[in-house]
Amino acid sequence: MTTRASPASATPPAIDLRGVEFAWTPGRPVISISRLTVRRGDRVFLRGPSGSGKSTLLALVAGILRPQAGTVAVLGTDLGTVRGAGRDAFRAAHLGFIFQMFNLVPYLSVLDNVLLPLRFSAVRRGRVANAEVEARRLLQELGLDPADVNERGVAELSVGQQQRVAVARALLGRPELVIADEPTSALDTDAREAFLKLLMQECASVAATLLFVSHDLSLSPLFDQTLSLPDINRVGSRRAAS
Amino acid sequence: MSAAVGLAARSVWNRRGTAALTIFTIAVSVALLLGVQKIRVEAKASFANTISGTDLIVGARSGPINLLLYTIFRVGDATANVSYATYRTVAAHPDVAWTIPISLGDSHHGFRVMGTSSDYFAHYHFAGDHALAFAQGGPFSDLYDTVLGAEVADALHYRLGDNIIVSHGLGNVSFANHKDKPFRVAGILKRTGTPVDRTVHISLEAITAIHIDWQSGIQAPLDERVSADEARRRDLTPDSITAFLVGMKSKSTVFTMQRALNEYRKEPLLAIIPGVALTQLWDLVGVADMALLIVAAFVVTAGLLGMLTAILTSLAERRREMAILRSVGARPRDIFLLLVAEAGLLGTLGALIGVLLTYAGVFASRHWLEQRYGLFINVGPPSTIELALLGGVIVAAFAVGAIPALRAYGTSLADGLTIRI
Repeated sequence: MTTRASPASATPPAIDLRGVEFAWTPGRPVISISRLTVRRGDRVFLRGPSGSGKSTLLALVAGILRPQAGTVAVLGTDLGTVRGAGRDAFRAAHLGFIFQMFNLVPYLSVLDNVLLPLRFSAVRRGRVANAEVEARRLLQELGLDPADVNERGVAELSVGQQQRVAVARALLGRPELVIADEPTSALDTDAREAFLKLLMQECASVAATLLFVSHDLSLSPLFDQTLSLPDINRVGSRRAAS
Repeated sequence: MSAAVGLAARSVWNRRGTAALTIFTIAVSVALLLGVQKIRVEAKASFANTISGTDLIVGARSGPINLLLYTIFRVGDATANVSYATYRTVAAHPDVAWTIPISLGDSHHGFRVMGTSSDYFAHYHFAGDHALAFAQGGPFSDLYDTVLGAEVADALHYRLGDNIIVSHGLGNVSFANHKDKPFRVAGILKRTGTPVDRTVHISLEAITAIHIDWQSGIQAPLDERVSADEARRRDLTPDSITAFLVGMKSKSTVFTMQRALNEYRKEPLLAIIPGVALTQLWDLVGVADMALLIVAAFVVTAGLLGMLTAILTSLAERRREMAILRSVGARPRDIFLLLVAEAGLLGTLGALIGVLLTYAGVFASRHWLEQRYGLFINVGPPSTIELALLGGVIVAAFAVGAIPALRAYGTSLADGLTIRI
């Protein structure tokens, strides 16, 4: 596997999909995207209502699924040329994920949850000099009380705290691309914007590209670019039309 | 190893309530398996220890196992006797070091009475080189003296000097008693863990004395009876005995003597080598304890199936965890290893606690087993067979873990990063 963390100006886009087709059952495609590009360092809002093929698209970008046609290039690496375990390693090294809720492994401490990606990626381990110190720093920046980090189990944290732990995990070891899938939907309205600003600020500090997926357009003004999956995905638009 | 293996221990600890039950189930089944194995080994050793030092057992011609059973184990009856003259001839043979006569047929409260000579206390050995030893008193000094086995004395609460009545025949409750010739307890033997403990010993002459006025199992009418004191004045040399044990001066002459006795012309004899007959007998009895081991193995299987059920049940609620692990870069292989490692960990802990339970059980019951059954359970490190059994249990636990692991592998491939709850 190759790491392509070359200087900013001439770098390939963070995400580049060309002619991507995917169907779970032959003849019934769920994804048909001719072109989707996300530039490096951008903060992109992707509007993806349910049924628009959002989960499938994210699985393609994450390298969990392979398209039947077309190419999925992430950070300049064509995932179609990488074998299964290599895609897992690529994901571990370069991507950070934040889910809607229940982001944390229940049997690990807050700190171990944050350190989890380092267990699976030597590349990411290599980017952090002192993992524990860095994890604590991130958690503190995200406004988590050190006492919570040390003593409380993850199940005792509030949803908002859990989401912030998830952000710390996604950012530890400076992945180039952070994908957040409806991370704010479990938060109340007041907390949403505060959380989002914190997320953007942290992404900016490690120069990570942020792909933010949500159906809640009220947040879109905060982003550099807003994409609508039903418009991009021809299958989705057809379905929406019918 | 894989990063997932490090997670397995945390995951098990997180579900320590159910995990402890699973581990305990496996531990109990493993303790049963090891316990059965220990008792099997010790029972066989103790069986082989019943008699030692004796080169030949000689009786009237019947089967070797039958002869062994009635002379040593006090089970079954002799079909015919050996004449006393033949016994004297063998005893006087220059190659013969010692002989012990055995005369059976009477009982005392269900315990067999054995007529013998004082050579019995000098030459009878068991469990390697253990000779018979007296807990109290000593061998016969009078015609009507008896020496009791430890269990006889315990069960019937006899002490030195007590008088006992010997019954004619072998029933537990006998109506034909030799009550005109009571015996005095002259000695009580130390416990041996062999059938000696359940034997009432009297002298050969005493056997003759109590039967002096008996014909065909019925005592003579009152006016023709011979009193105990009168019997002392008679010639009490027996006509016949049931069997006898032989110790040779040199082991090299055992087979020659055995052949000579089996081909003896004056009467049909059977001479057997105790070790050979014991092995034959064990081959018969040993089937039962193999069955016990198989049952224990099935209990272990049930324990492992319990673990399988527990892990499979937990899988549904762990799909989220699998998706999180996949999102941070875990390969499907890591998910597989995580679950196999969990099963292996549960199995290994279960096996280890099972070992501890076994040792605790052995320590707790050792004295009782020794007293009651003469089983000397050895408290050394686990034997090779025990280690093999333990290894088998652990390997089986890992193998059983492959079933939920394959399922989780499949689910994590299908689910990917989709969090399903």
